[in-house]
Amino acid sequence: MEPLGLTGIVSGILLQLLPVFVCLIIVIGLSIMFKKNLSLYGRLFDSTIGFIGFTIIAFWIVTALLANWIAPFDPSANSVTMSWAVPGAIEPKAETPYFLGGDKLGRDVFSRVIYGSQTVLAIAPAATLFAFMMGIVLGLPAGFIGGWRDTTLSFLANLVLAFPVILLFFLLVTPEIAKESLFSIGGIGFTLPQSIAMVLFLFPIIFMLVLFTSRFSTQPQKMWLYLLVTTVVGFWIYFGLVFDVDPVGFWSGLMDPNMLNIFVSVVFVNSPTVFRIVRGVTMDIKTRDYVAAAQTRGETSWYIMLWEILPNARGPLIVDFCLRIGYVTILLGTLGFFGLGVSSESADWGLTISDNRQTFLLAGVASKAHTIIAALTPALALMSLVLGLNLLADGLREQSLKD
Amino acid sequence: MLSFILQRTGVMILTAICLTFVVFFLTNLEPNLEKLAKEQANNRMTDEQVASWLEKNGYRRPVLVRYGEWLGGVVVGDFGHSTVFDTEVGPLVAKRLGYTGKLMFWVMIVMVPSALVVGILAGMREGSITDRSMSSVSILSTATPEYVSGVIFISVFATSFGGLKWFKASAASATNGITFENFTLPVLTMALYGMGYIARMTRASMAEVMTAQYIRTARLKGVSFRTIVIKHALRNALIAPFTVIMLQFPWLLTGVVIVESLFNYKGFGWTMVEAANNNDIELLLSCSIVAVVVVLATQLISDIGYVYLNPRIRVR
Repeated sequence: MEPLGLTGIVSGILLQLLPVFVCLIIVIGLSIMFKKNLSLYGRLFDSTIGFIGFTIIAFWIVTALLANWIAPFDPSANSVTMSWAVPGAIEPKAETPYFLGGDKLGRDVFSRVIYGSQTVLAIAPAATLFAFMMGIVLGLPAGFIGGWRDTTLSFLANLVLAFPVILLFFLLVTPEIAKESLFSIGGIGFTLPQSIAMVLFLFPIIFMLVLFTSRFSTQPQKMWLYLLVTTVVGFWIYFGLVFDVDPVGFWSGLMDPNMLNIFVSVVFVNSPTVFRIVRGVTMDIKTRDYVAAAQTRGETSWYIMLWEILPNARGPLIVDFCLRIGYVTILLGTLGFFGLGVSSESADWGLTISDNRQTFLLAGVASKAHTIIAALTPALALMSLVLGLNLLADGLREQSLKD
Repeated sequence: MLSFILQRTGVMILTAICLTFVVFFLTNLEPNLEKLAKEQANNRMTDEQVASWLEKNGYRRPVLVRYGEWLGGVVVGDFGHSTVFDTEVGPLVAKRLGYTGKLMFWVMIVMVPSALVVGILAGMREGSITDRSMSSVSILSTATPEYVSGVIFISVFATSFGGLKWFKASAASATNGITFENFTLPVLTMALYGMGYIARMTRASMAEVMTAQYIRTARLKGVSFRTIVIKHALRNALIAPFTVIMLQFPWLLTGVVIVESLFNYKGFGWTMVEAANNNDIELLLSCSIVAVVVVLATQLISDIGYVYLNPRIRVR
């Protein structure tokens, strides 16, 4: 069968993405309708930059959610006949076109890019959130109380920051390390990533517990209820993610050893920067009158840190959160580019870029110029996602400065 | 000032010792040692053979003792032996750093002036069309990591896909001699990612300076806009970007690794990847020393430079 022409390809892709566009229009339409009640999120739609950024990100989120319906092919289904197929070539069995051609193993490039968004959008925001929880729990006391705690924590943060990120990843994110146990307690072996995760993943739970204790210490009933719920839910997730054991089975399989390894490394290298930002903002805010007022009222240090300082530091933190997701996305791409921590089957963007670039540069394939599309598409996808996050951060900064 | 520098050097040495120990620990984890044994001796060794090889070559002695031996060597200038390249680590790293130095030199020559020009043009009239378009360019460049822009550049400028076969997609020949053809793409790729960030910082600093009282006074006196920007604003606006440029160096390290692998340029970053892939313990340790020194030395220079540029700040 004849491959599709350019118009055929473009209209085919647009048709394939139609569900995404419908969802986008609904989300944006509703948001604009109710934007007066949505505070900062609503005001985002007043700035052009923020609006564009939001649209790009929403596009990728919806695409990742609907990937099963949008992608015409299985991202890891090989096909001998479709190896290095031209864009728009028709797959004989399914009689559906490979819109952007095939790669070396004859997998559909378009479907792989669509599925690739899932990994990135699952790990990047979650890892950033964990890094923030850790940075906040450690940065607030370092900035507010100071003294030897500050000196020690700052030295540790600088230590991690001085570490070449890429070297750490090369040493830590190898499949062997994720399998071999480092030490064992009672006959159960723990791998290195697991041992780091054991410490890192405690921070979100500590954060929530301290948050509720400091707020509701005058209402013991409410406090104990919240603490109980946090502990149960927190440790359910904790054991599910770190040790892959949970009675309900909801979290099991979500974090395979490699995924945990990547996640832990990304949180580890990002938290010191968050720590420094939180520490800096805290040192600035702690001289304000409302902090002095709270101290005079006799509030505890943690109450002041979490319920007086943190809400007032939200501006820079939200902006950095968006930028940091973008940075983590780039980092994940770098990992994939060096083939670290991802299986060769996975549709990870970084890995796809690297794979297809290498085969493209080999002499035999270089004559078929279209094969670079297989490397170019995930590259552009990653770029647009990071661009969207940067624009969103700029829009948020613009709007939060208006207060 | 002298005690300040001494203190910072002390911190640098302490950090280097901590970090190299972490690297030493990680490279001596069982799976990594196994990788080393298989790379050195025979890829299809059984577990017993691996164990006896490691025993025979002294990798089974206590970690602390071996780390101490390595540290003792470093103090007298012996950085050890590279297993993968089979030479002395010291001269090897020095040679590779020289190649990377050339790359960095050209990256700086391209990146810094263009970033400053973009930042100043954008910041001198905040909100104008020039500002909007220049800011868009810098946001776009920060959103394009090296492995993305590299692939785009290669496809456009070095292949039959873009039609323009102006440059080469590989810089492997650049170690023998730099030509316009083999060095443009790596330099451009690296400069682009760092440029946006510096440009945005310059813009912010310039925009802030332009709202200052003395600029307004100069304007009211009737000084031309050109003179205001060049004579009054520029000097004060360049303090912040100086720090940013210095702190950009450590960032460039990751970029060096990516760009050198992408364009097959056998400099420091390429060497580090080879070392890590083959678990070359002593080479990796030296690489991390270099990294630590680069990070902390640039911090020190930026702090000292800041004091000279901004007379309001004094070091105690």
